[in-house]
Amino acid sequence: MVVMLSTLLMLFPLFEDNPYTLGVTNLIAINTIVVLGLNLFIGYAGQISLGHAAFFGLGAYGSAITTGTYGLPPWPAMLLVAMAVGCIALFVGIPVLRLSGHYLAMATLGFNFVVHSVLLEWDTLTGGPSGFSGIPYLAFGDFSFDDEVRLHYLLWSFTMICLLLCLNLVRSGVGRGLSALAEDETAAAALGVNTRLAKIKIFVLSAVMASLAGSLFAHCYSFISPDSFGIFTSTDMVIMVVIGGMGSIWGSLFGAGLITLLPEWIGVFENYKDFVHGGILVLVLMFLPQGLISGLKDMVTVRLALHKQKGKQKDAAT
Amino acid sequence: MFQDLLQYVFSGLTNGAIYALIALGFCVVNNTMGIVNFVQVDFVTLGGMLMFSCLLGAGLPMVPGLLLAVAGVAVVAMVVERFGLRPARSNNHLVLIFLTVGLSIILRGIIKLVWGKNRMALPPLTTDHPITIFGASVLPQALWILLLTIVAISLLTWFFYKTSLGLSMRAVASNPKAAAVVGIPAGRIRLTSYAIAGALGGLAGVLVTPITTLNYDVGVLLGLKGFAAAILGGFGSFPGAVFGGLILGLLESLSAGYLSSAYKDVVAFVVLLLVLCVRPKGLLGK
Repeated sequence: MVVMLSTLLMLFPLFEDNPYTLGVTNLIAINTIVVLGLNLFIGYAGQISLGHAAFFGLGAYGSAITTGTYGLPPWPAMLLVAMAVGCIALFVGIPVLRLSGHYLAMATLGFNFVVHSVLLEWDTLTGGPSGFSGIPYLAFGDFSFDDEVRLHYLLWSFTMICLLLCLNLVRSGVGRGLSALAEDETAAAALGVNTRLAKIKIFVLSAVMASLAGSLFAHCYSFISPDSFGIFTSTDMVIMVVIGGMGSIWGSLFGAGLITLLPEWIGVFENYKDFVHGGILVLVLMFLPQGLISGLKDMVTVRLALHKQKGKQKDAAT
Repeated sequence: MFQDLLQYVFSGLTNGAIYALIALGFCVVNNTMGIVNFVQVDFVTLGGMLMFSCLLGAGLPMVPGLLLAVAGVAVVAMVVERFGLRPARSNNHLVLIFLTVGLSIILRGIIKLVWGKNRMALPPLTTDHPITIFGASVLPQALWILLLTIVAISLLTWFFYKTSLGLSMRAVASNPKAAAVVGIPAGRIRLTSYAIAGALGGLAGVLVTPITTLNYDVGVLLGLKGFAAAILGGFGSFPGAVFGGLILGLLESLSAGYLSSAYKDVVAFVVLLLVLCVRPKGLLGK
């Protein structure tokens, strides 16, 4: 499946060279990276975070400031920023992950709020509400990633690497420990999973992925503003996880795709945009609470099983 | 010096009372359903909007306008519960919470369609000439906020401790399974809790929008502060919600006055995070 998707992605720009469409699919790639990390935290570790846009924003602003203001080369800067964000996540995560449920939701929301306010108010460093512009493009030597087609290959390779990483992680012992944690924390602890450490590790990993996505976002658009990293972005990210299916790696890709495309599709409704957006979310959650992918799969399996049973009954009758 | 302090304390208590009302709404729903009801945020906006329509659209006097607006939000809240949440097929709390986020987006969309995106001004309950108390000048609206918050809390206490419906709601809050076993109808309890949450949010909206301004997303920040207040006090605890609201309001106005008004929200949320580090279940949590 990974190979299939990769081939499809390789060929995609050959058929579709409208820069606008490619821009949208590139945004999907960036969102997918964040959503993958967040899905590990929500779906596998069973925790809730309403503050991942903060890490996304820290990554973006970190890259912007180190390369734009201080002139560091982008690649090492990206790595450095990801490490720094990882440390921040560790520092925040150690006390915060002792909380559970609604308290954790509020704490992460509060963290996002603090980061957003600082980005907005510290205008000498971040440019304040008017944003930060003039971020250099990523480049290999003279080959600069400055148009949509080149960015397409760059971003999607990052996304595919993250996807593979997550697919392998959840099949490893660590991943199975995490799923146990999501089902029942006490039981997992009794079975010898170090739940506290596992939660912190996965939190840091997801923060680093969000930071990477943020750096890519900054270099891809060369302009960022605090609006992209508010609490609504955080809820959008969680919505992508929930729609795609919690604990489904492929679902993350799907959820990110659907929610990113949605505003494009319903642009025609202009005035009713919020209405349609909320409506789709509500309908999916109401009727397919496991997420679209697993929900539809389950529905088909159930239908098939019923059909078979009916056939058998008919055979028995005759 | 003392006057400044008094001024900050007054404005802190006023905001705190609003946060407390919203926080109580969050707590009521949490106690019966175990979820964070993010639609609460829009009940606040809706309260202000309905008040605006009652006063300037229908030309009603202040008191019936206020009652009608609060009752209207309660009805909308019941509709949200009955047709938005009841049909959900999931017991997963995360799914239900995001269902409320979705419903909140829809409700905000409707508010935007009906009342538009413009900022509006709502007249205060009585004159807007400030009164001087010990050298601090206070808006009459602030006094109304404090007074009506106290009235609302007393009514709520009376309801929970003196009526049979209130008793059943407390039973559900303390043990939902046992409550179901003795035959307390879960549906009606959930509906009532939404109505109460709507009325509280609506009242907060009616009271606060003359001080702030009124537009379609005025409730978002207020509502989140209310959630923060509820968490600060200990989620689900009514005294905790009031206490948390007042503390959050005071923290904000004092840090705006003495530190920096740009970072007042940052100070409030950092204190919240620190409190949660020391007391993971809030100040008055079990």
